[in-house]
Amino acid sequence: MKFGILVNEGPFTHQASDTAYHFCKAAIEKGHEVSRVFFYFDGVNNANKLSEPQSDDRNIVKLWSELATEKGVDLVVCVAAGMRRGIKEENIAEGFHISGLGQLVEAGMGCDRLVMFGD
Amino acid sequence: MADTELEIEGVMKTFTFMNRKAPYGTIYALEVLETVLITAAFEQHANIVFVDDGVYQIKKGHDTGAINMKNFSPTFGIVEMEKEDADEDEDMDMVWRIIVEKESMEARGLTKDDFKLDVEILTSAELADVLDASDCIISG
Repeated sequence: MKFGILVNEGPFTHQASDTAYHFCKAAIEKGHEVSRVFFYFDGVNNANKLSEPQSDDRNIVKLWSELATEKGVDLVVCVAAGMRRGIKEENIAEGFHISGLGQLVEAGMGCDRLVMFGD
Repeated sequence: MADTELEIEGVMKTFTFMNRKAPYGTIYALEVLETVLITAAFEQHANIVFVDDGVYQIKKGHDTGAINMKNFSPTFGIVEMEKEDADEDEDMDMVWRIIVEKESMEARGLTKDDFKLDVEILTSAELADVLDASDCIISG
């Protein structure tokens, strides 16, 4: 099955992005395809490469980056939501890219399921 | 990394937007609205639903002067315009519905006349059928 993922909350404050990450990882391990992860609302903060959690905690930004570089998952940060929150080309982590909301609509149209993580 | 190409040619799905939050206080209402407007460009079916405190998003007479926030209430006029286009354009196979959940409306002492948009009032049970028939649900 082809999954599109929508992440609506920022890292650490909220568990949504952790859960979304684990969902993606499990889906890929089961042989499904995660066609796109779209970061919206405060979810855009998952792309901030300046994020530096304590060394004994998980590094969410890095985990997402690895999903892109190792599994080829398309990580898209909403440009409008990102600009409001200071997430721009100069501070996005490896594997993420910035694009428009149309990419979210396309994920809904082109995937078998769009799964949203957030409140 | 370049954009991944998804096959969307000729795809027609039903998107349901669940507006559950008050218009101000959090950004959810505004950013869901931005998504609704983009969906119009893709000519997909859409249900724009207002439940819980989300019903306040389309209440008449917003005045945000005292909280120094942008009053985005007028933008809902574009949603209504898109719905009218969808209703009237025979070349476009697009259905848009603007829905308020009856229980949420009544619990807040509101009536249909309090809304700035012409809405359908559905019960929670009827709304469940709308959700069941949706392909993609985006909420905020």
